[in-house]
Amino acid sequence: MATGIRDKVAILGMGCTKFGERWDMSAPDLMVEAYLECMADAGIERNDIQAAWFGVCINELSVGKSALAMPVALRLPQIPVTRVENFCATGSEAFRGAVYAVASGAYDICLALGVEKLKDTGYGGLPDLGAGAGPLNYLWFPNLTAPGAFSMLAQGYAARFNVDPKDVKKAMAHVSVKSHANGALNPKAHLRKPVTMEQVMGSPMIAHPLGLFDCCGVSDGAACAIVTTPEIAKKLGKRDIVSVKALQLALSDGQEFQFNNWDGSCFVTTQKASLKAYEEAGIKDPKKEISMMEVHDCFSITELVTMEDLHLSDPGEAWKDILDGVYDSTGRTPCQIDGGLKCFGHPVGASGLRMLYEMYLQLLGRADKRQLKNPKFGLTHNLGGFPFMNVCSVSIVGRYEG
Amino acid sequence: MIGITGYGGYIPKLRLNRMQVMQAMGWFAPAIMMVAQGERSVCNWDEDALSMAVEASRDCLNGADKSKIDALYLASTTLPYSDRQNAGILKTALNLRDDVLTADFTSSQKAATSALITAFDAIAGGAKKTVMVSATDMRRTKGAYFYELWFGDGAASLLLGSDNVIAEYKGSFSTSHDFPDHYRGDGFKIDYMWEERWVRDEGYSKIVPEAINGLLKKMNITVNDVTKFVYPCFFKAEHAGIAKKLGATPDKLLDNMHEPCGETGVAHPFVMLITALENAKPGDKIVVAGFGQGCDAILFEVTDNIAKLAPRKGIKGCLADKRKILNYEKFLKFRGLIEVEMGIRAESGGRTAMTALWRHRKMVLGLVGKRCTKCGTPQWPDTRICVNPNCHAVDQFEDYEFSERTGAVVTWTADMLAVSTEPPTLYGLVQIDGGGRLLLEFTDCEQKDVKVGQKVRLSFRTRYYDKDRSGYQGYFWKAVPVKEEAAKEASK
Repeated sequence: MATGIRDKVAILGMGCTKFGERWDMSAPDLMVEAYLECMADAGIERNDIQAAWFGVCINELSVGKSALAMPVALRLPQIPVTRVENFCATGSEAFRGAVYAVASGAYDICLALGVEKLKDTGYGGLPDLGAGAGPLNYLWFPNLTAPGAFSMLAQGYAARFNVDPKDVKKAMAHVSVKSHANGALNPKAHLRKPVTMEQVMGSPMIAHPLGLFDCCGVSDGAACAIVTTPEIAKKLGKRDIVSVKALQLALSDGQEFQFNNWDGSCFVTTQKASLKAYEEAGIKDPKKEISMMEVHDCFSITELVTMEDLHLSDPGEAWKDILDGVYDSTGRTPCQIDGGLKCFGHPVGASGLRMLYEMYLQLLGRADKRQLKNPKFGLTHNLGGFPFMNVCSVSIVGRYEG
Repeated sequence: MIGITGYGGYIPKLRLNRMQVMQAMGWFAPAIMMVAQGERSVCNWDEDALSMAVEASRDCLNGADKSKIDALYLASTTLPYSDRQNAGILKTALNLRDDVLTADFTSSQKAATSALITAFDAIAGGAKKTVMVSATDMRRTKGAYFYELWFGDGAASLLLGSDNVIAEYKGSFSTSHDFPDHYRGDGFKIDYMWEERWVRDEGYSKIVPEAINGLLKKMNITVNDVTKFVYPCFFKAEHAGIAKKLGATPDKLLDNMHEPCGETGVAHPFVMLITALENAKPGDKIVVAGFGQGCDAILFEVTDNIAKLAPRKGIKGCLADKRKILNYEKFLKFRGLIEVEMGIRAESGGRTAMTALWRHRKMVLGLVGKRCTKCGTPQWPDTRICVNPNCHAVDQFEDYEFSERTGAVVTWTADMLAVSTEPPTLYGLVQIDGGGRLLLEFTDCEQKDVKVGQKVRLSFRTRYYDKDRSGYQGYFWKAVPVKEEAAKEASK
């Protein structure tokens, strides 16, 4: 009978590049930057790595097919390397692969790395997939963009709970203001200036009602983790150990945009994945027990509804909780304590691992000016695709108890 | 008795006020003042001759059994394909039977009347029982000249047969004269027009009366027996002049429709005929003529059934449903007459897989989905496993048409980032009445017209045009917001 992943795997080390418009670096260069920090943190040699997982989402723009770009860049000697992709959960998928490999007993030490090089497209925003969406989709899919698809949540949410759209807009703005205040304290973030409510609410419209400051930027970056068993971590001299408490994934089955029930206001995947994650981690009261979280704030409205989908705000209450500061750095459940996608941008393959990086630093007391007091459980959340068809990843890490 | 059993019209909702053109370009071409009265109809940026033909044909099928159609003729000089049967695309959009005869009639402004006569010959001969003839044109012109103002965009369809005939087909008379009033060679977009004076004097005013008089003689009637003369001629004075030549009093002449929409090319004889029928009484004799390298003249007699015809939009409804006046710059952009910077983002596109288009033609062009025969859930797109989480039946489906249903908006957005001819791009999720939902762009509306719960109908529109791969033109459906009363009517 399966028992989940709780406390079976520990994080030995992590690394993360500075995120931003890294005009000076291609994907392999970014990979090396994250890898070097990670290896120094883990205190192991290259030959200790037994298998690796490599996350890249829009591989056409950077590394091409297969996983070869990674072992070639990092000089990993003829070990198993697997490239994975699951939209915005790609980084978390790389982590999952490495973690399950160790938990299975097949390997002792595995590497997970996510990278994305988006700034070679030639224009702002995520690239249009065009015919790359597949021959059938190309025949009928609406001419949508990421901000457009996610912005629909705002109309759905306002209609479902009869909230004044002005209040939704304000709550969305608070999300961005809060994240910028946090990111200003983070040397690895791309955007490091605080912003005001007026700035956010007055920014140019991108897709109703999302303005420019409701949208995260497109940037380059990489992040890396080395995982092993808690026993091996202890043997290698680690005293404070961060272990994986839950790894959950939930994908749409098509109901949202083909059946009759979904009202456009939330993510059914997040609702399910988070419950499974809490169960796997042994968390009974997430509002009390989740100390901090990094959620997928590609757009401020996504973060807003995610608070309810994670069962941390009651249905229809998230906009109020946000305005009340529940998710500020000084609030009940600090959200995006590192600045989030809003300040880092979203190099798709790297984001899931960048989120874990911050949870890891916080748990080890190494988060410098952003350090929260005695965090216990850190939750990361990714949401890839569209509100009407998506991939949700929920991971929980915490202090090893064993 | 054989004749017209139904009709449908489509004049696009947008208008260009002719005085706007005069104001914008009168410094260059002051003479256009002479024709700057009223408005001309303009296709939205996501419409073309074929999409208009679909809309007119859908209107025509109101109250009709489309499974009875044996043949479908599509007449136009501005169809998207020179080779890939356009009538075949129309047939797929309408989801007609596979065992039908489809044909494109093209290359002349009289293509529609010629197609009409050919259809009646087939019915009279017994080979076909029910035929639909659809006529359409979206004629391209250069800026700041008479033709830009004379022409309008539009389509109209006629259903022909012998059940509940509303206008009996009495007979026709045709001439063929290679009179090159204008021409357009293969691969060219703009017509080459000869001197208007010559076209009027040697063309219209000789060739149209010749055919009409030939018809009257053949039918053994006189001008006095005719209630209405219906023929296009954008030279307003000459239009009246022909009637005079025939000896017809002014009340017998149906207006050439310059002011409400302009001359809709190949569609115009049908557009004018439908206008006549919308105001006709039983017993009226109507002569219709189409001019273009010769002339077809056709005689109809209106029957009692005209009062029993199922409601439809027709031409009257379309003219009343006009949405807004474009400014001239927008018109030029929609027509591709000015180049604007679309940005690098606009470069992404790609090849359409013909195999995928064929496999999913019903779903994409016809908006035909599936209904699970086990649980009754309508669903789109194509699937083998039922989407109902309490069902999941495999391969137990029947075809289910979505195109004539109305729906309501579940959620939506106005996207300024998406590449568009007319930003913002409006799109959202639509819950279809009766079950099932569609992810669609919205059209013929502005942001203020869209809200959660807004009623919509569905419309066949152009998608991307691939200029790099022999001019592939893609199509799909969009949602159009409708007012509550109109929605009730549409869903009947």
